[in-house]
Amino acid sequence: MIPAIEVTGATVRYGDVLALEDVSLTVGPGRVCGLLGTNGSGKSTLFKTILGLVSADRGRIRILGRTHTAARREGLVGYVPQSEQVDWAFPVRVRDVVMMGRYGHMGPRRRPRAADRRAVDHALDRTDLADLADRQIGALSGGQRKRAFVARAIAQGADVLLLDEPFAGVDKRSEATVVDLLGSLRQDGATLLVSTHDLAQVPDLCDEAALLQRRLLAHGTPDEVLRPDVLLEAFGARPARGAAAWT
Amino acid sequence: MDVITALTQWFTEPMQFEFVQRALLVSVVAGVACAVLSCWMTLVGWSLMGDAVSHAVLPGVVLSYLFGAPFAVGALVFGGGSVALIGIVNRTSRVKEDAVIGVVFTAMFALGLVLVSRVPSQTDLSHILFGNVLGVSDADIWQVVVLAAIVLAVVWFKHRDLTLYAFDPVHAHALGINPRLLETLLLGLLSVTVVVALQAVGIILVVAMVIIPGATAYLLTDRFERMLLISASVAVAAAFVGVFASFHVNVSTGGSIVLAQAGAFVLAYLFSPRQGVLWRGRGARALRARART
Repeated sequence: MIPAIEVTGATVRYGDVLALEDVSLTVGPGRVCGLLGTNGSGKSTLFKTILGLVSADRGRIRILGRTHTAARREGLVGYVPQSEQVDWAFPVRVRDVVMMGRYGHMGPRRRPRAADRRAVDHALDRTDLADLADRQIGALSGGQRKRAFVARAIAQGADVLLLDEPFAGVDKRSEATVVDLLGSLRQDGATLLVSTHDLAQVPDLCDEAALLQRRLLAHGTPDEVLRPDVLLEAFGARPARGAAAWT
Repeated sequence: MDVITALTQWFTEPMQFEFVQRALLVSVVAGVACAVLSCWMTLVGWSLMGDAVSHAVLPGVVLSYLFGAPFAVGALVFGGGSVALIGIVNRTSRVKEDAVIGVVFTAMFALGLVLVSRVPSQTDLSHILFGNVLGVSDADIWQVVVLAAIVLAVVWFKHRDLTLYAFDPVHAHALGINPRLLETLLLGLLSVTVVVALQAVGIILVVAMVIIPGATAYLLTDRFERMLLISASVAVAAAFVGVFASFHVNVSTGGSIVLAQAGAFVLAYLFSPRQGVLWRGRGARALRARART
């Protein structure tokens, strides 16, 4: 079986700063892996490396057995950005954003055809955003905004989804709808790598968890990774009992 | 004489003159090209880049005059060259981008000034700096029309990709669409557009033409297609108002065009249905009043 995401011995340096050190992480197809770590632990760098935005000084990346270049060209990798990285005042409608998922399927002018419109409608239905499709993207709530970007990945037909902090800026109730949505994507066979420092959602959502602190400290089932002694060893501090996040 | 006749005459009287017609043609064509591009400039946040490119073309324009080449050739070489230089220095030094832009464009502008002082005719400098739209030659008009047509054609073909780049370059990358390439395309379009607009308003005010219409339209709509239309309309209206006002009151044409655009921006800033500060202020006041009761 070909792994969906296969990172082998990845080391990334920004100048003198070592951002990732010898990270090896394999996620099987149809699995949901929670990528845990504090701010600055290298989660974003690992995402960028998998996407090919940052080139690893050493190591190898394979996505469904392909190089990241080939995987991107085939539209296999969907990316859901962190909220802070999105210009929410940008004059695009929800529908326009989801349509951007289809650009890889279109000609050089990116003129949507009937099949593209159907895919967008389907993705909007799937994410329960059909009624809000003509709203400007910033006129959505936190949870709806996340779903809009997931809809873009659905329209794209991505098999591997990278979600960067999908629960940041999302209230508790919407969080549940996002978790449900991601769960249903897994049912369809998608592989999800979800970076978060919100531990509360991990047992519900994830099949496995990986603990990153420049190096990969632990990788296993959520029960194995979220044990207080593992976290204590990793961070030198015990997160408060029941606390949703630590920074 | 009633108001309507007076207003009609205000517009028809200058149109009898050929130099006014030509000035209008150049101002409208350059205005539309700038206005369309200004929508992406506003959204990407490249106002300073527009300023940089426009100032950096000065040595190119002077050298073109010196060698009798079309001004667009030298301007494009130096505009594009400066953009490339900014990119290189930015990537290979720790100096922040705005400082790099500041260094490159002022140095280029200074080079232009030094070159100009070796060129006999001094009248040309003020034309380059402040525009001379009432005295454009046939060759100038052709350059403006052809370059503007090229810009608009490329934009028409690639506008969805440019918006994708402006909104989410990482997603572009994830789809296998090279954002670096789109950035280069947008910078290239900016260089050409700046050259187009030089004829209308001159180097100093070009940057206004690639910012104000887009910024104005951004205050008026949440839809990108409408933003393009509003932006272009603002530029066309400002071209007419500017050219006619400068004819009647005998003031700088370039200055009048940009002032008219700025006037449109002020109106949008104050009265835009959703973004206008007047209504937003009133809404806030009403909320506070309700909170008190």
